[in-house]
Amino acid sequence: MSADAFGLWAAVVAAGLWHGLNPGMGWPLAVSAGLMGRGRRDVAVALAPLALGHLLSMLAVLLPFALVSALLVHEREIRLAAGGLVVLGGLVLLARRGRHPRALARIPPSRLALWSFAVALAHGAGLMLLPLYLGICATLPGGASALAADGGAALAVALVHTGAMIGAGGIVALLVHSWLGLGFLKASWFNLDAVWAGSLVLVGLAALLAA
Amino acid sequence: MNLRVDPTFHATPKLAMQAPPETLAYVLLLSPDGSKPDALGVVDLDPASPGYSKLVTVLEMPNRGDEFHHFGWNACSSALSPMAGHAFLERRYLIIPGLRSSRIYVIDTKPDPRKPTIHKIIEPEEVFRKTGYSRPHTIHCGPEGVYVSTLGGGGKDGTDGPPGVFIIDCQTFDVVGRWEIDRGPQKLHYDFWWNLPRNYMVSSEWCLPPQFENGVVPEDLLANKYGHCLHFWDLRARKNVQTIDLGANHQMALEVRPAHDPIKEYGFCGVVVDTTNLEGSIWTWWREGGKFHAKKTATIPPEPASADDLPPLLQGFGAVPPLVTDIDLSLDDKNLYVACWGTGEMRRYDVTDPMAPKLAGSVHTGGIVRLAEHPSGKPFGWGPQMLEISRDGQRVYWTNSLYSTWDDQFYPGGGASAMVKAVAGADGSFVLDPAFYVEIPAGWRAHQIRLEGGDCSTDSFCYPSV
Repeated sequence: MSADAFGLWAAVVAAGLWHGLNPGMGWPLAVSAGLMGRGRRDVAVALAPLALGHLLSMLAVLLPFALVSALLVHEREIRLAAGGLVVLGGLVLLARRGRHPRALARIPPSRLALWSFAVALAHGAGLMLLPLYLGICATLPGGASALAADGGAALAVALVHTGAMIGAGGIVALLVHSWLGLGFLKASWFNLDAVWAGSLVLVGLAALLAA
Repeated sequence: MNLRVDPTFHATPKLAMQAPPETLAYVLLLSPDGSKPDALGVVDLDPASPGYSKLVTVLEMPNRGDEFHHFGWNACSSALSPMAGHAFLERRYLIIPGLRSSRIYVIDTKPDPRKPTIHKIIEPEEVFRKTGYSRPHTIHCGPEGVYVSTLGGGGKDGTDGPPGVFIIDCQTFDVVGRWEIDRGPQKLHYDFWWNLPRNYMVSSEWCLPPQFENGVVPEDLLANKYGHCLHFWDLRARKNVQTIDLGANHQMALEVRPAHDPIKEYGFCGVVVDTTNLEGSIWTWWREGGKFHAKKTATIPPEPASADDLPPLLQGFGAVPPLVTDIDLSLDDKNLYVACWGTGEMRRYDVTDPMAPKLAGSVHTGGIVRLAEHPSGKPFGWGPQMLEISRDGQRVYWTNSLYSTWDDQFYPGGGASAMVKAVAGADGSFVLDPAFYVEIPAGWRAHQIRLEGGDCSTDSFCYPSV
């Protein structure tokens, strides 16, 4: 693996940790499931649908690009478009931050996978991965089209990212559930909306510069 | 924009109980004849302060005839919901509906909580146009924003279509629209509350506007035409899933008080009067096997009285009905307080076993026949009505007016409005505090109380106390 590729995969994992630690991506729901069910086992059980929803949300953003990446001749345009999309997504979130998403609030608490899918989509979590994914495709032998066309790279990126995300979120959920207590929830919950949206803009700008 | 979570939000009822005690109360002041505007009063509750037990600020509204009754916060501990938690929300605005005018005031309690200001006024036309409802009543902040129950439908007298719940945006305070998609058999409304993680809402029934605005209609009451049902809803699907009829003689099912700990699937409701025997009653409702159930678990008998001591409305009965007009549950779900507005009694029930409330204590203030004075020797008109419990469960506050026209029917002699306090001991004791008596200026009557930082009838919690 080249240094470039290693850096990109490290960034995929880092984005996963960042998503997982953010309470908005669901670890408090796993804590709640454990407490309502009265058991550590229920924390683990809740993590599965949260991971599934997040994974599907990543794929929903990456797979369309996996398809068009087959058009090798337009690789640069695709990367520019993707970078622009990520910047735009970040700016929209920045402008809309501090607004209550009423549509998300209508998902019943029993549907964790749907909730996780929708919340990741609404927060542009998948967008954060897009430039990393396209960058990884470019480092593959045979260029962007070789692996991207069958979506294999997209799946690998989404899986590695979701693994890091649910690992980080799951550890926090278990710690809060079993040792730290719910006082930690309030103490650790910072308003990260601006930082989150800002990180999207930065990732998008970096992608535009690299393209 | 805040970086940290509002310190008045608590993940569990237990954490809320451990928070610092309240130092201020907000109380609604009603001008019963509309001769001056209704107002929001601020009461100093800090025993170390020179203003203790006094009304320190009165914020008058710019309109008359609103009829203030209940109110609530724009945000509470439910903002820590794991599903839609927001670090940016603050418990800052009091939402005060005018029950008669359908006008809604949004009051800003910052920067100085002792000097609140008017932030926004939602005019009645916006409520009518966007919801088709009128007479807004109970306020709770929840998943979709601020939920408002109404007592009236459309039209001048509020009988054009059933009343229901509508949503106000929790930030812009624009009226969003009707909440329910399928109301089932629900035709009347009063109070509502919920269990957020378990995704259900419970609502109750008083009556339609012609049955309360000009006073109680005795013929309708004796014909059992006031509300007597509990409705259970799927909160996110906005759908009525079950209705339980408590029996037509159980007239006016009012306050709904679910257990605060969301792991518990039960709650209480108070019924004002049983038309067969004038009893007041407490009902316990619960969910079991996917279905809701309700059972009468405590009754309060009427007290015999001579017709000479009774208002014309009650002379034919030779007794005073207790008239259970408000109930409130402590945050630990162990104590239920019951206001008996007719007999002038405030009862403390031990509801550790929710299916068998045990009377643990009782104090008297006012009452149609008893006319009990406050221990300070000061007058207490009417009877105990809207009550509020401190988060730690050690102090119970109440005021004495029910509703302008009903006050005058049951207490034609009028009275002095006041806010008082009783101390609830961990040993089950319950005594009035002679040193706490907030005099309400003549021309106003005090209604609902809200405590700074949340109280037992505002905050819903998304995590169990463990």
